[in-house]
Amino acid sequence: MELSITLMLALLIVPLAVALTLPFFNSSPNLREAVTLLGSIVLLICAAMFYQTIDFENPPQLILAIPLPNYPILFSPDPLGIMFSLLVSTLWPITSLYAIGYMRQHKELNQTRFYCFFALSIAVTQAIALSGNMLTLFIFYEMLTLATFPLVTHAGSKQAKQAGRLYLGILMGTSIMFLLLATIWSANIAGTLAFQADGIFPADTDPLLLNILLLLFVFGTAKAALMPFHRWLPAAMVAPVPVSALLHAVAVVKAGVFTLLKVAIYLFGIDNISLLPAADFLAYLAGFTIVAASLIALKQDNIKARLAYSTIGQLSYIILGTMLATSSSIMGSSMHIVTHAFGKITLFFCAGAILLATHKTRVSELNGIGKQIPITLCCFTLAALSTIGLPPFAGMWSKWWLVQGTIESGQLILTASLLISSLLNLIYLLEIPLRAFFFQQSTTALTFKEPLSPHLLAIGTTTLLCLLLFLTPDPVYHLINLIDKGL
Amino acid sequence: MSLVDHLPILIIIIPLIAAPLCVLFDSAKASWLLALAACISSFIGSIKLLNTITLSGPISYSLGGWQPPWGIEYRLDLLSIILLLLLTSIASLVVLFARYSVEQEISKNRIVPFYATLLLAIAGLSGICISGDVFNLFVFLEISSIASYTLISLGKDRRALNAAFKYLVMGTIGATFILIGIGFLYMQTGTLNMQDLSERLPSLYDNRTIRAGFAFLTVGVCLKLALFPLHLWLPNAYAYAPSVVSAFLAATATKVAVYMLLRFLLTVFDFNFSLNTMPLDVILIALGSVAIVSSSLVAIFQVNLKRLLAYSSIAQLGYISLSIGLASKLGIASAIIHLFNHALMKGALFLALGAMIYKVGGAELKHCQGMLKRMPLTSLAIIIGGLSLIGIPGTAGFISKWSMINASLEAGLWPLALLILFGSLLAIIYVWKMVEAITLQPSTSTATAPLTRDEAPLTMLVPIWALVIANIYYGINTELTVSLAQRAANILVGGY
Repeated sequence: MELSITLMLALLIVPLAVALTLPFFNSSPNLREAVTLLGSIVLLICAAMFYQTIDFENPPQLILAIPLPNYPILFSPDPLGIMFSLLVSTLWPITSLYAIGYMRQHKELNQTRFYCFFALSIAVTQAIALSGNMLTLFIFYEMLTLATFPLVTHAGSKQAKQAGRLYLGILMGTSIMFLLLATIWSANIAGTLAFQADGIFPADTDPLLLNILLLLFVFGTAKAALMPFHRWLPAAMVAPVPVSALLHAVAVVKAGVFTLLKVAIYLFGIDNISLLPAADFLAYLAGFTIVAASLIALKQDNIKARLAYSTIGQLSYIILGTMLATSSSIMGSSMHIVTHAFGKITLFFCAGAILLATHKTRVSELNGIGKQIPITLCCFTLAALSTIGLPPFAGMWSKWWLVQGTIESGQLILTASLLISSLLNLIYLLEIPLRAFFFQQSTTALTFKEPLSPHLLAIGTTTLLCLLLFLTPDPVYHLINLIDKGL
Repeated sequence: MSLVDHLPILIIIIPLIAAPLCVLFDSAKASWLLALAACISSFIGSIKLLNTITLSGPISYSLGGWQPPWGIEYRLDLLSIILLLLLTSIASLVVLFARYSVEQEISKNRIVPFYATLLLAIAGLSGICISGDVFNLFVFLEISSIASYTLISLGKDRRALNAAFKYLVMGTIGATFILIGIGFLYMQTGTLNMQDLSERLPSLYDNRTIRAGFAFLTVGVCLKLALFPLHLWLPNAYAYAPSVVSAFLAATATKVAVYMLLRFLLTVFDFNFSLNTMPLDVILIALGSVAIVSSSLVAIFQVNLKRLLAYSSIAQLGYISLSIGLASKLGIASAIIHLFNHALMKGALFLALGAMIYKVGGAELKHCQGMLKRMPLTSLAIIIGGLSLIGIPGTAGFISKWSMINASLEAGLWPLALLILFGSLLAIIYVWKMVEAITLQPSTSTATAPLTRDEAPLTMLVPIWALVIANIYYGINTELTVSLAQRAANILVGGY
């Protein structure tokens, strides 16, 4: 077998193997965590090697099965998929490190089940990233919902149960009602679902139908959390922090926008999509979501809920860029998948660290805690700056390209929405360190309680990556330029 | 002629002879073994027949050496063999499962008659699939029906008697209608052989007697098929019958009724007459749509899981009738695909509920608490079966949904595609009700002693998991289902 195919297979099998072996280590937590860490590092190495060896002109193809004639389960990555796969592979070891610290200190129950489904979700995300046609993407999109469900309802409380219902109801409801319909309809019209650089629809397809299909695709992908199908994301915040961090700020939501990018670029074709009125409508809806989510975030007192609404806004940046479909906006959107991931995961890590150290979950309770956990809060501030899009952090690059995209296409209202939301980001994110460092707490004096622990290490690493990606965004640019070349 | 040439009749004869033998042996264990052996040999026979048919086309077998149309002809084409394969495989699994379940649910002196009756039902249903003669088909229908009334009445709950009686009344009306229909056809054509009928009928399509016969046949078959609004017998029958019987009937009896419908509409009459000249396409689509929505809604509010699945079955039969109503090759093919896949999912689910009843004592929502800890394998089977019922990708249900939606879009009827998807949404709700009850922890107020693992015996787990694995297998490899169904549909629809 060719090296690249072997490596691609490894990307899918390594996390799956971790998920399947973990139940055997139920009785010895140390060994169990060692397996997770080891597996995640092996995955990272495989992903890096895969990136090095792959030939984009002639990507490896792997057919797993042919459930429907003409529509195989096919893995055949493109630059965008490689980027997503690399992103998740990079963040999994870091999150595992964090989870070890967090889950133990928080004394969570059923940790084996937790790690097991976590690894399974990673495996499914890799499958999404590498999928070579829409059927494969849809299959694993659905599976991701199912694989993450036990993580959302991990606590088993009444609240978790209700959140689980909302999570499953919205994600699976929209994907079955709209995304599946759009997929079958596309197959019916085009006779193929393979991702192709200039789209699959024949030139004489009724434009009205194309508009409807685009709407179905976008509303069907509720993982991208475009309003009005965004409610599941705040609800999913009942899950333990590592889940919110890696899955609900990166893997699941990015799988949503990744799907949209794939649909826009490889099913419709960038040139065709900008001609559709539906795309304009969706771009404006995304603009509305950006501002509305930021306003709602402003009013959230729970830290995780605030971050969740911030994520909803940031995801709509990507949707907006995708729907404008200019060269720079697609560049910005693709890049935002990566830059937002590093920023937001750090923010969630910090929220978890705050919870561990001070048992506080609300913004209004954070007055003066800066003295207790200065490192965490410094990292929070830096990651917040990256999320807002300020230099010298990674978030600046993607926002730059997105703003340029709106200007290029002459949609100045959308430019304004991006800028207003940046301003709002500034307010609601920086409120947290401001309160912590500069507000006085009325009650007893507080002591420093920030011993070096695995989760602190994880926070430091992702913060550093935010900075690093500002200085050397070359790998990301390399991959994105390949998309632009039509590969 | 070698023994292999007699396979078509052997498949019926084996269970038919095994039934009285059971009574002669008069021992629960011996009858179980005998029934199992009979079912498995029928199953092996059907596999052999499948090979012959896929290679060299339909098989015609003259009973007693009398050439048709004077003698009775047994005729096996692709559609018959798909049904026969489904029937014999499910029967083998159900009988394997039955041993402990029956010991608990049926009083001791009735266990032997139970196996005998079950074998008669199997023989009757197989006969329907094989027979190429409409009157002979009616005879087998009566054998299977009377056997199923008896089987249902064996349920432990006294309401089973009432349910069986209701089914008997409705079923008899259906059978009578079918008989009247057959009589009308015979009156005009003078033949009972299906091939002969299909040759002589086209010139008589304007004849009123033929049209009335067509109507009687259709309504009679739809009664057996539990098409909305003729479904009233089904929920109670499935809910109060012994678990084994529910599983067997849900997976096979209604499917054979669908077979009869297809046979009458497309072989005896032809595609153009049944679905274009007669307004049956619109009727099937309308009734199917109402069945999907109304029964799924009712299923959501059920507390008894067997009843929940029974209502879901009515909805699934709605999908099948709707697909037939699309009046296209793709539609017929997707009806056959869903018929096969639905048998797999309902078989798995009803058997899993049977295992749950065996260990926990009931199949209501309140019995589900802590199931995941207590019977992890059975619970997992219910979850996977449920996902297949929704139509989650990777399961057989997804292939069904895909083909049905594709067929509706092909026919230009996108609202039906939406309706099918909406049905899936409702399915999510009722399936998730089960899944939630099984997986989530018992609430603190009702939590009793810590639950220990108490899994069902192997003879139950093997059939359950065989069906669960089949659900996944036919979701990934559709060589058998999709391509055979398409070929069968091509043959049925003929040149149209």
